[in-house]
Amino acid sequence: MTRDFTCIVCPNGCDLTAEYEQDAKGIRVLRVTGNLCSKGDTYARQELTAPMRTIATSVLVEGGTAPLVSVRLDRTIPKERIFDVMAAIRRVSVKAPVVTGQVIIENVLGLESNVIATKDIAAK
Amino acid sequence: MRNADVVIVGGGPAGLAAAVRLYDLGITDIVILEREHQPGGILKQCIHDGFGLTRFKETLSGPEYAKRFVDEAQKRGIPCITDTTVIDVSADKVVTAAHADGMIVIQAKAVILTMGCRERTRGAISIPGTRPAGVMTAGVAQAYINLQNRMIGKEVVILGSGDIGMIMARRMTLEGAHVQAVFEVLPTPSGLPRNIEQCLNDYGIPLYLSHTVTDIRGEGRLTGITVAAVDERMQPIPGTEKDYDCDTLILSVGLIPENELTIGAGAELDPKTKGAFVDEFCQTTVPGIFAAGNVLHVHDLVDFVSMEAESLAEGAAEYIKNGSLPKAGIAIACGENVGHTIPQRISGEKSFHLSLRVRKVMKECTLTVSQGEHVLLTRKMKKALPAEMINLNIDAKKLKGTDDLEVKVV
Repeated sequence: MTRDFTCIVCPNGCDLTAEYEQDAKGIRVLRVTGNLCSKGDTYARQELTAPMRTIATSVLVEGGTAPLVSVRLDRTIPKERIFDVMAAIRRVSVKAPVVTGQVIIENVLGLESNVIATKDIAAK
Repeated sequence: MRNADVVIVGGGPAGLAAAVRLYDLGITDIVILEREHQPGGILKQCIHDGFGLTRFKETLSGPEYAKRFVDEAQKRGIPCITDTTVIDVSADKVVTAAHADGMIVIQAKAVILTMGCRERTRGAISIPGTRPAGVMTAGVAQAYINLQNRMIGKEVVILGSGDIGMIMARRMTLEGAHVQAVFEVLPTPSGLPRNIEQCLNDYGIPLYLSHTVTDIRGEGRLTGITVAAVDERMQPIPGTEKDYDCDTLILSVGLIPENELTIGAGAELDPKTKGAFVDEFCQTTVPGIFAAGNVLHVHDLVDFVSMEAESLAEGAAEYIKNGSLPKAGIAIACGENVGHTIPQRISGEKSFHLSLRVRKVMKECTLTVSQGEHVLLTRKMKKALPAEMINLNIDAKKLKGTDDLEVKVV
């Protein structure tokens, strides 16, 4: 069997084709073509077996010069957990000052990914 | 009036990158004038990641990418005067700006224009209907949500498949809105394939090509729109109309370089890019006035904005020292399938960077740069998309004489 993907790793957006076998034991990827680099190969294999994503959003700031600080995950999480992680992020707020790289939630939902600030917000 | 070697109009990614590189080349008398309260430009609200893969070999969010350049500029002590709107740049390089403390007037030896671009609005595409609240551009929606902490709607339709529109489709979905669909009037998407994948397909948001909005309804607040398929001349096809109930319509229908100051300075604009005509030094048709980034031509990636701005520093430094640059007498013509090029003309004395976009989607094609019968460069490409910039380095040693160049993709 084959499946086509658009690689999302970088702006090249390679058109990937993965050849794979599927049976009761799961999916075995035989070959990936169309990728300009090895990341495309990894991406297609992951996409077929356990798709991973990162998200970027924002967190409320108390006493800051801006109402929000932008945040992102420092490692990818399973795609099907995106909305769980969004809900966890929505529950927190942070006191100013906030600095870029500051960990806002450590190991969010035990997924081995930290929610980190991507902006400096000074205290008011 | 005060003096400065260089005045940079706009403290976004292009302006900051140009300032840092100029400083490192020994031009330290620099002033950046920035309209907003903080430098960083539009990147401040672009909180998604994917920036910096080309420039820094890692994926950063917009604010993190901007911070790298803001920090470098600060480390060098380059002054950035914020809350300052430049209202005039003259051909003899007097820059006039409005600031709360009064007017700022600077006589510069060189001026670098890095004002970026702005979004096309409903007015630019003339959608019929009422004029309710809830119709806004993708960048405005992004500022409300990512900077102001204001959610803008619950039932959303997006017109235009530009990258910011798709990124906002994902952003609004994450924040709990229901994004019904993205409609694109062209037969091909305007944004990058990876954004169709990770912003639309990931969230089950359909993209309809060759469709447009033909009616907007609602008094006070938007209540619904009508969408129709369009023919090859982009005219709505009668009988294909479909109504959508929604409270928000987001427009992602193109970006226009912000060139009022460029025109005021007397620089000629290229109707193809809607930015200035430039030589390989990014110098406009007014000597000593340079332009880079989205004010020159709309880029796909900020990485290329920074690189273009850095590349102009050498020429600008030479202009400041010598008062002139080699005359650019060789034109670069857009051949088959090429929409525009930057630069549009060159001196022929220096190797240079060439950026271009193709007009239509092509697979297994070849790009050729030629000078009459003489071929300077060919590049085979698996695919070429109008959404993606193509970047090439041209070696000056390959040039033969002073005949004009032509770039084509077939």
